[in-house]
Amino acid sequence: MPDNAAPDNAATEPARATPYAPGTLAAAEGLEVRFGATRVLTQVDLVVEAGEVVTLIGPNGAGKSTLVRAVLGLIAPSAGRVWRRPGLRIGYLPQRMTIDPVLPLTVGRFLALARAGSATKVEAALDQVAAAALAGQSIHELSGGEFQRVLLARALMRDPELLVLDEPVQGVDFSGQIALYDLIGRLRARLGLGVLMVSHDLHVVMAATDRVICLNHHVCCSGAPEVVSRNPEFTALFGQAAARGLAIYSHDHDHEHDLTGAVVRSGQEDGQQRGPQHGQQHGHDHTHGHADGHAHGHAQGHERERNP
Amino acid sequence: MTEAFFLRALAAALGVALVAAPLGCFVVWRRMAYFGATLAHSALLGIALGILLGVNPSLGIAASAIAIALIVTVFERQRLIGRDTLLGILAHAGLAIGLVALSFIEGPRIDLMAYLFGDVLAVTRRDLIWIGGGGLATLAALAALWRPLLAVTLNEELARAEGVAVVPVQLGFMLTLAITIAIAMKVVGVLLIVSLLIIPAATARRFARTPEQMAVGAAAAGALAAVGGLMASLQWDTPAGPSIVVVATVLFAASLVVGAIARAPVG
Repeated sequence: MPDNAAPDNAATEPARATPYAPGTLAAAEGLEVRFGATRVLTQVDLVVEAGEVVTLIGPNGAGKSTLVRAVLGLIAPSAGRVWRRPGLRIGYLPQRMTIDPVLPLTVGRFLALARAGSATKVEAALDQVAAAALAGQSIHELSGGEFQRVLLARALMRDPELLVLDEPVQGVDFSGQIALYDLIGRLRARLGLGVLMVSHDLHVVMAATDRVICLNHHVCCSGAPEVVSRNPEFTALFGQAAARGLAIYSHDHDHEHDLTGAVVRSGQEDGQQRGPQHGQQHGHDHTHGHADGHAHGHAQGHERERNP
Repeated sequence: MTEAFFLRALAAALGVALVAAPLGCFVVWRRMAYFGATLAHSALLGIALGILLGVNPSLGIAASAIAIALIVTVFERQRLIGRDTLLGILAHAGLAIGLVALSFIEGPRIDLMAYLFGDVLAVTRRDLIWIGGGGLATLAALAALWRPLLAVTLNEELARAEGVAVVPVQLGFMLTLAITIAIAMKVVGVLLIVSLLIIPAATARRFARTPEQMAVGAAAAGALAAVGGLMASLQWDTPAGPSIVVVATVLFAASLVVGAIARAPVG
């Protein structure tokens, strides 16, 4: 346990006159976090409003996870302040979560641990991430993509007003990533929740992002994806190719995938209006996507090859 | 066979096994077997303190276990001595200081073997009241702690972000563990207590799909070991506490075999 752990209940901050807009869910002001002598974050300002998706990008070790953990109240800042709306319900998807196999656990029981008396909500939460078939499954037997979806369902169990997602699509194949980000975007639209997300997947994540914050111990630049992609500090960090990818994808999002990777709504003939990049990715959807099941029109029972 | 002393022994062993099993699951899940052993070994010091101060040894054991738990929690913050070394120091220091302290106690000779390995056949009605009361309190506390403690065991940061008060939950668990060790002492003694916590839990693991199934399975295995061990002890005139542990171990070995057969590919 870190020595500088903040008070237990992430939702209780000392009340003070709020300088923020009524829709503000959480904010950081002049935030500084030190680990020993190392200053991981300096002078970070951050605001997350209801109904917006804020994505943190930045190189490894830039302090992205540290920032979300500080916003959650899991680590105490050495300077500056963190504010959360009093009573804010938070759904959290941590970056590295492993479940020790010495503890037997089904997906359904794992979800029900999110809050007392929530067993009846398990089915609905799994439905939202298209993983209802996994409820009775042992959590130790899930694929990487299934596990990330279950973690997202767990975050939804608390009827969150703010979703904090630390690399939510790690271990998920490319088509699955798009499907998960689409899902996050749809949840935002349907439930009106705010999303604070850490991501490495620049070109995929941007379509579903309202605001990008480019972090490298401090906030390098922030704004709408298109704006950030033209910022010299962004190109210095990520290179021209990333900037192009970010811009291209955010303008080329004309259909949706469900979580099995299948295209659920496409206005035009597939493949005709797409660049080579997109066509390739589309073909990928239908050739594998092992992590995301095999439900291309087959029966549900077909989905899990591991089962006898 | 239905003599009063045997029925009392049966009730005590069953009671302790049923309380220890679900708590032992958490010891196994949280990988705290060595921590439990440290609490148990240093319980000898608590017994000596209890006798010296003229209070019930169970109170002395609970007090020493709580003190050790706090010392571990505080000293874990330094990094120069590893957790296993720290636990080893405390376990053996507690045992040694306890043995030395017992040697100072005057009056009728202390039956050291009873403290080290238990003396369940000599359980009194008074002991039974302690076991019953302490056991019920422990089970009630564990039921209240169950969901938050499981959440903390799985991932502390996630639990904290979801509003679980982590430190009180962990302290509550330590406290229930201390009480369980205090009441189990009479049945199996300080050197064998941890076996009643971890062996039934380990036996139940491969048959469980949920934490609750594992706790119930562990309780069944523990109860079977308690009854089987006492019967064997009566039959072959073997020491009762160690016999219970031997039967528990046989059940564990059997679970490995059954598990291997169940998982073998069919056809």
